[in-house]
Amino acid sequence: MPKSFIQTFLNNYITASIIAIVALLLGISIGSQSIPFSSIWETLLHHTFHTSTNVPAAISQIIVSIRLPRVVLAFLVGAALALAGVAFQGLLKNVLADPYTIGVSSGAAVGAVIVFFFQLHLSFLGRFTLPIVSITFALVTLLFVLLFARLAERNMGIETIVLIGIIMNAFFGSVISLMVAFSGEELRQVISWLMGSVAMRGWPYVSLFVPFFIIGCLGLFVHIRELNAFSFGERAAANIGVHVLQKKLFILLSASLLTGAAVAVSGTIGFVGLVIPHMTRLICGANHRKLLPLSFLYGGAFLVLADVVARTIVAPRELPIGVITSLIGAPLFAMLLFKSLKRKTG
Amino acid sequence: MIDVKDVSYQYGEKQVLHHISFTVHEGEFFGILGPNGSGKTTLMKLLSRELPLQRGNIVVCGRHIETYKPKQYAKLIAALPQHIDVSFGYTVKEMVELGRYPYQSTLFPKWTEEDDQVVDEALRCVTLAHKQHVFLEQLSGGERQRAALARALAQQPRVLLLDEPTNHMDVAQQFKLLNLLKQSKLTVVAIFHDINIASLYCDRLLFLRDGKAVACGTPRELLNESMIESVFDTCMKRHEHPVLPKPLVTFVPFLEQPIDDVPWHVTQHETMVVIETIKPFKVLSSAIVGGGTRWATTFVNRHVSLDYRCDDAAQEMIEFLRQQGFDEQWTVGMMTAVDVRDVVFTSAYEPVRLFVAVTAGVGNAVDSANAWRRTDVIASPGTINTFVFIDAHLSEAAFVQALMTVTEAKTKALYDKQVVDTQTNTIATGTSTDCTAIAASQQGTYYEYAGTITPIGKQLARFVYEATQMAIDRYNERKG
Repeated sequence: MPKSFIQTFLNNYITASIIAIVALLLGISIGSQSIPFSSIWETLLHHTFHTSTNVPAAISQIIVSIRLPRVVLAFLVGAALALAGVAFQGLLKNVLADPYTIGVSSGAAVGAVIVFFFQLHLSFLGRFTLPIVSITFALVTLLFVLLFARLAERNMGIETIVLIGIIMNAFFGSVISLMVAFSGEELRQVISWLMGSVAMRGWPYVSLFVPFFIIGCLGLFVHIRELNAFSFGERAAANIGVHVLQKKLFILLSASLLTGAAVAVSGTIGFVGLVIPHMTRLICGANHRKLLPLSFLYGGAFLVLADVVARTIVAPRELPIGVITSLIGAPLFAMLLFKSLKRKTG
Repeated sequence: MIDVKDVSYQYGEKQVLHHISFTVHEGEFFGILGPNGSGKTTLMKLLSRELPLQRGNIVVCGRHIETYKPKQYAKLIAALPQHIDVSFGYTVKEMVELGRYPYQSTLFPKWTEEDDQVVDEALRCVTLAHKQHVFLEQLSGGERQRAALARALAQQPRVLLLDEPTNHMDVAQQFKLLNLLKQSKLTVVAIFHDINIASLYCDRLLFLRDGKAVACGTPRELLNESMIESVFDTCMKRHEHPVLPKPLVTFVPFLEQPIDDVPWHVTQHETMVVIETIKPFKVLSSAIVGGGTRWATTFVNRHVSLDYRCDDAAQEMIEFLRQQGFDEQWTVGMMTAVDVRDVVFTSAYEPVRLFVAVTAGVGNAVDSANAWRRTDVIASPGTINTFVFIDAHLSEAAFVQALMTVTEAKTKALYDKQVVDTQTNTIATGTSTDCTAIAASQQGTYYEYAGTITPIGKQLARFVYEATQMAIDRYNERKG
C-alpha cells in the first residue's frame, strides 16, 4: 500500500520529537493562567543554567512546581502505557491487547487501593510501597490472564482476550467498590483518581515513577528483536533460537512494571496502549525497532495533549484524563474488534 | 548427523509414537511419510524441540538435543512449520532478518555486513529479492512459504526440518523449491504427503503408521505395491519415471465392472479399417500415432498410396484422424500401402477372448539376419500391420512377451510362405516397415506371462500365424 504524505511525514524520529516537545510546551503554556512559550523557555534556562530572567516569580512558580511536573508525569505515563500496549500486542499477537482492556490496569489499581485502604507501609520499601504493590498486582493479574486465556482457548482468539478483559475489569471493579464502601470519606477521592488523572501530583510522584519507568523501558528496548520474533508466533520464535519462556517473562515483567507504576501514580487511564500502537503501526509498520521508540514519543505527546483537553474543556473544572482517552480509545477499540472478527469470518 | 533412538511420545493418555529409531546422514534428503495421524508432525516437533522428549534419545551432531542452548540449536537446525504464521506490518526482508537472531548477542546486538550478505543471499535463493520491501500480507501463500524458508536459510543451519514444505504451492513453485533444497546440499528432513514427490527427491524414506516406524530405506526399496497398501490402505501400482531412474506410484481409484459383450467391433471402409473398443484398452505398439504405451479406444489401419511421401507423416496422420472425427489422444493409427480390403480377422474365445487383424504385403520383405548387407534404407508406409486385442489383464512383462510371441509367429508365417528378401535372396523375417499393436482390456483374468508356451501365448501365436498367412495369400492373389 502506498503511504500517504502524513504517514511518511510522521515516520521519523525528528518529527516525533518535535511533536513531543511542542506538546510539552503546550501543556505547560495552557491553563487558567496562560503562559507564553518564551516565559517557559526563560524559566527552564533559569532553573538549569541559572541565567537571569524577567519572568515573574509567581509564573515561574506555576511552571516549575505545578505545570512542569504535571506534563512530565503525563508524558512519562503516556509513554509507559503505549510501550506496555506494544509489548502486550506483540506477545499476544492481538491488536486489542492493552493494559486496560485485558484488565491489568484494574489489577494494579486494586493493589493501589489496598495500599490506601489498609494504610500499607512496608518499611523496607519505604515510599515505594505503593508502586511496588501495584506492579506486583499487575504482574499477577497478567499471569492470571495468560493462564486463563491459554486454558480457555489454546491459540487465544481475539474474542477470548476481550472476554477475559471484561471479566477482569468487572471483578476488580467490584473489589474496589467494596473497599470504597467499607471505607470512610478519604477513599472517596480515590474514585476520581481511579478515573485517571495526572493533576496535583507534583515532583514526588514523578520521582516515584521514574525508576520503574527507566527499568521497564530498558527491559523492552533490549527485547526489540524478541518482540519481532514473538509477532510471528512463539513457535517461530523458538525456531530461530529465542529462549521463549525466559524472554517472555522478561517482557511481561517489563510491561507490568510500566503498567503498575503508571497506575500507581495516575490511576487507570484506558486505551492509550491501544490507540498509540495502532496509530504508530499505521505510520511505521509493525517492526518494533521503530514501533517502540515512535510509540514512546507519540504516547507521551498524546497523553500530555489529552491532559490539556481534560483540564480546559470544562474549565475551571477538570475532567479525569481517562475520560478523554476512553472517548478516543473506545470507538477505535470497537472498530478494531469488528475488523478482526470480519477478517476471521471472511 | 541425527540419531533418533527408541523415541516414544504421548499426549496425555494417547500414545502417538512408539519406539521410533532411525538415523539421518549428513547431506541426506530424508522423507517422512505416513497417513494422517501417524505421528509425522509429532516426530518433527520433537526434532525441532518444540515438544520435549519423553522417552528415548535424539542425538544431533554428537550431542543430545536437550543439551543445546536455544541459539546454538537454531544455528544447527532450522524448522519450517506447515502453517506459516505471518505477522501483518512486516516486510519480507524484516522477516528474513529475524533468521540472524541466533548470531547476535543478547544485550548489544550488532548488525554486521555478513548478516546483510546472508539475508540477501537467502532472499535471492528463494527468488524473493525483488519483493523484499513488500509487506507479508500482500504475498501469496507460496511466497509466504518461501519467505519463511528464506528466514530458515538465513539461520545458516546444517539441517532443515520441513513439514509439508510444498503446501499451498502450485506445481512449478513446488519443484522450484525442492530443486533449490536439493542443490543446497543441506541435510533435509521433510514430511511429504505426495509419495511421488518424495520418491523423486528423497535419498531415503521413513514410513510411519499408527506411531510406529514401518520401514526405512530408499524409495526403490520401499515403494512396492504391498508396502504402500499396508501403510496407506490404498491400492496402487508402481511404474518407472520416463526419464529418471526413480520409481513412481499411481493409485487405482476404482475398478470397473468387466464387460460381458464382445468388447470390440470392426468397421471396414474403402481406405481404412477401424476397430473400436467399448472401453479403453491399454496398448503397446509401434504405431505412427499413439506409439509406445497408451490407452486407446480407436485403432485405425489406413491405406495410403505407394508413393505417399510426407515430411511429417505423424502430423499428417493426426490431421487425417481428426478429419475422420477421431480423437487422436485415444487412437492408435497405422498406415499401409496394402489394400486394406484384404485385411484378415481371426478370433478365439479360449482361454480368453482374442481378436487379431492383419494386413500384409511382402513387397519390402527383409531378412533381418542379412539386412546389414543391404545398402538401402526404406521408410515407406508399413506393410505387415498386426493388431492384437486381448480381453484380459496383462502384466508389463506379459505385454512385451506378447509382442515377442506375435513377432515370432509372423516370422514363421513368412518362412512357411517362402517369402524371400529379393536383395539378399534369403528367406525374409518380416518387411522393412512392419507395425504391431498389442491391446489388452486390463480386466478379468490376470496374466503375468504371455510367452509362446503359455495358454494365452499359444492362442496368440496360432491366430497371428494363421492370419498373417491368409493375408499374404490375399496379397499375392490381388497382385496376381
